[in-house]
Amino acid sequence: MSTIGYAVPASVEEAVATVAATPGAVYLGGGTNLVDLVREGIATPSLLVDVTRLPMDRIEAADGGLLIGAAVRNTDLAANRVVRERFPVLSQAIVMGASGQIRNMATVGGNLLQRTRCLYFYDDGAPCNKREPGTGCGAAEGSNRMGAILGASEHCVAVHPSDLAVALAVLDAQVEVLGPSGPRTVALADLHRLPGDTPHLDTTLAPGELVTAVRIPSLPMARRSRYRKVRDRASYAFALVSVAVALDLDGGTVRGVRVALGGVAHKPWRATVLEQRLTGGPAGDAAFRSAAEAELAGATPGRDTAFKVGLAVRTVTAVLRQLRDEGGAA
Amino acid sequence: MLARPATRLNPMDLSSMGVGSSIPFLNTDEVLVDGQPVAVVVAETIEAAEHAAGLVEAAYETSELSADFGAALGSATPVKGMPVGPELSGRRGDARAALAKAPVTVDLTFTTPQQNHNAIEPHTTTAWWEGNRLTVQEGTQNLDWSRKVLARAFGVPATDVRVVSPFVGGAFGGKSKVWAGTIIACLAARVVRRPVRLALSREGVYRTVGGRTPTRQRVALGATADGHLTALVHTSVSRRGRVGGGPEQIVACSLDLYDADTILAEQSIVELDLMSNTAMRAPGETQGTYAVESAVDELAVALDLDPVDLRLRNQPGERRPVSRARYSHRRLAETLERGRDLFGWADRPAPGTRDGATLVGWGVAAAIHPAWEFPANVRLTAEVTGQVRLECAFHEMGMGSATAVTQVVADLLGVDPADVAIGYGESQLPTGPGAGGSAQTASIAGSVEKACARLRTRVDALAAKAGRPAGSPVADVLAAAGQPSLTVQVGADDGPRAMVGQARFLGKMLVDSRRWKRAATGAHYCEVRIDADTGELRVTRWLGVFDIGRVVNPRLASSQLRGGIVMGLGMALGEETIIDPRSGRIMNPSLAEYHVPVHADVPRIDVVTLDDPDPTMPLGIVGAGEVGITGVSAAVANAVRHATGRRLTELPMTLDTIHG
Repeated sequence: MSTIGYAVPASVEEAVATVAATPGAVYLGGGTNLVDLVREGIATPSLLVDVTRLPMDRIEAADGGLLIGAAVRNTDLAANRVVRERFPVLSQAIVMGASGQIRNMATVGGNLLQRTRCLYFYDDGAPCNKREPGTGCGAAEGSNRMGAILGASEHCVAVHPSDLAVALAVLDAQVEVLGPSGPRTVALADLHRLPGDTPHLDTTLAPGELVTAVRIPSLPMARRSRYRKVRDRASYAFALVSVAVALDLDGGTVRGVRVALGGVAHKPWRATVLEQRLTGGPAGDAAFRSAAEAELAGATPGRDTAFKVGLAVRTVTAVLRQLRDEGGAA
Repeated sequence: MLARPATRLNPMDLSSMGVGSSIPFLNTDEVLVDGQPVAVVVAETIEAAEHAAGLVEAAYETSELSADFGAALGSATPVKGMPVGPELSGRRGDARAALAKAPVTVDLTFTTPQQNHNAIEPHTTTAWWEGNRLTVQEGTQNLDWSRKVLARAFGVPATDVRVVSPFVGGAFGGKSKVWAGTIIACLAARVVRRPVRLALSREGVYRTVGGRTPTRQRVALGATADGHLTALVHTSVSRRGRVGGGPEQIVACSLDLYDADTILAEQSIVELDLMSNTAMRAPGETQGTYAVESAVDELAVALDLDPVDLRLRNQPGERRPVSRARYSHRRLAETLERGRDLFGWADRPAPGTRDGATLVGWGVAAAIHPAWEFPANVRLTAEVTGQVRLECAFHEMGMGSATAVTQVVADLLGVDPADVAIGYGESQLPTGPGAGGSAQTASIAGSVEKACARLRTRVDALAAKAGRPAGSPVADVLAAAGQPSLTVQVGADDGPRAMVGQARFLGKMLVDSRRWKRAATGAHYCEVRIDADTGELRVTRWLGVFDIGRVVNPRLASSQLRGGIVMGLGMALGEETIIDPRSGRIMNPSLAEYHVPVHADVPRIDVVTLDDPDPTMPLGIVGAGEVGITGVSAAVANAVRHATGRRLTELPMTLDTIHG
């Protein structure tokens, strides 16, 4: 019978060295996704290196922003007073991301590295290039309302399921990682990748690299920010489309705006086209809508996902309108 | 080793209905449906068994399959009902001609998807053999079918199969038949000569237990300008598996809901290479009421009539529109009227009312489910201590059957419920009714009535001998007669007397169905709120008013009805088994991706019962288990129509169907 080892390293360096030295070793955060994947036989690690007890569980104020340890539990981050005041979009995204029990376990690092919930990825009876490279994409022509409409490839139409990552994308977060060859910082926008012809790679992390912290820079306009998650039931469902928005107004003019979309791509989708169109222009409903339409102009929906294009446009427009009219409180 | 299961129905032995599928498990090298077990691994730990199962390698040749319901509609063949049992067709006058002439018509096509069972407790079987005697512990809704199906499969007498099921767990029809897990557990136990336990995973339930058939239905209504129905056409296509299942009574509701001048109700069916369909709470009526009650609502819009008024105007009188049999007890109009008052229907907002970014709509729909009565053998024992014991192999699925039967016995014998013991959930007891068709409590009540009368006669005879007046308390008479206890039995389980009983049951059913129509009915009223930007739908208020005859226990009955409504909300809002037509494989076999309602999807649900006994049913009881789910999807769809102006004709009503 295959057995799985479990290790509790004493330091971040020891964790990285252990994973580097052990074929099949992986980091274990809250386990809310990885344990499911092991149970389903999709992940087959030889060793689980538990990083939740390492000294990376603090939330610290830094230069008007925040330094968030990768082992901080989602519940603690969502409840943090500074987060709720200065970055409401982040708190809201976490609360909408999962049930209380899951949030109590899930860590920031683990949340970012969770894997897609594509039905074909989860079913070992179906082809999936992400699970088994070269077997084909069952979802592209299959029954698939959850699929990507932006940035997908013929090899993969999976979407990244994290809500937290969408909020962090809008906040221009930086991810600190430690690998066998030392530490480095990667922009959250560059952490996840589009599938291309290597969809088995979710991120740009090198083998053995450990997420140690997430840094959020100062962003005063984020006080007026909001997360909206549209899904098939009131709770306990992944996003069909989600939207993270921060808006800075000068009277009726958009001084600054940041928008990211979830549920539409293999990574959190920063809406740069929309942001450029709106910045410096009028904060009117028509402008919001046409900018959202421009962002989605490149969408390539599949058979079951055509509805997501209009849904994304309307949701972005609605959240911009609500932020303009009501401010940041959800 | 394993006999191929017979699926042909023998009216004298309905247990053939207990065969889940015709698949000869592990006795064939042909895979007939995706999910069919091809091997079983027995181990001493679940970890070892799972690991070993992962090492099994199987090579397959592939062949063409037909698994796409929509694509197969053209191959549908007509089905007709049997003389007894659920109705599958009916005709009154020339409905097509009347429809063509009607001043006002609506003609709509509805689609409902396959749904699957998600009882909290997945099927689990523990089986062991002692020689040729088999004992099976598992949750089953039909102990008698289960023991007989297993006896036939393993070639042993039914009396040598003992099925024990004291607590069934949630079932909803999913545990009415014998499925792969049960057969394979018994087979494995016989091979390894030790007790074997086989517990299905959630995914295993999806893959090896049947679900509710998808449907494509047409409902066309014709009416005069003042809202008198002149034509009702209701046709349906459903599917069975090539390995089993059958038609569900999808158009049956159209034989009773409205007194249209002309009625045409027809069903047809396609066969697919998918697992059998099977009973799932109000099979047929659930899908049928969605279509008819949606179409009637659309007709009310077309006529500019209040939808409650339109329904009241077209209620049948004393007789059924098609068969002309009498209604034993018809209170559907009263449920509509009570609901109208209690919900405050007079304050219904204008169509398309907005509350900020939210659209608000109110909907109404009727509910109907036939009342059945099945044979129930019982044994009643009175002790000199004053204690009473009632034994019957019935089924406790958590709805409180044991409590309800205790109350019935205590009431009929005039004893304290604390002095009544109930034996149930085990096949060696007198054969009980299956827990299906909402019939269990009424069926048992009928036999308990007979048993109590027999007991009274025997006690009075004893009393006469002992010099006590007739009608003396049972315990007193037993004491005076020096007898520790007295037992009476109703019905025989096996042998020639059982055959006579079955013949008598079928005869009574036939006579009763010609004489009377008996049904539970009701009215749903609801409010929905829809996000105008995203189409997200939330149900925010619900009231159900029901006629279920006598209410034995208000708390239990309300729970049953409320549970039916919650399950109906699942059907309306999210439940859909996603099948990849290329493989016939269920792609969302989990609670994460098959969307039953979560708490946040369910509003406060008010349930009211008329509590008016049906004079033709035992103790006036009409079942409460299924009527609650009927009509629910239509009430939601009608509220969506009221809020948005859009008539949705496809379930589930996900936000993309609402916003278009």
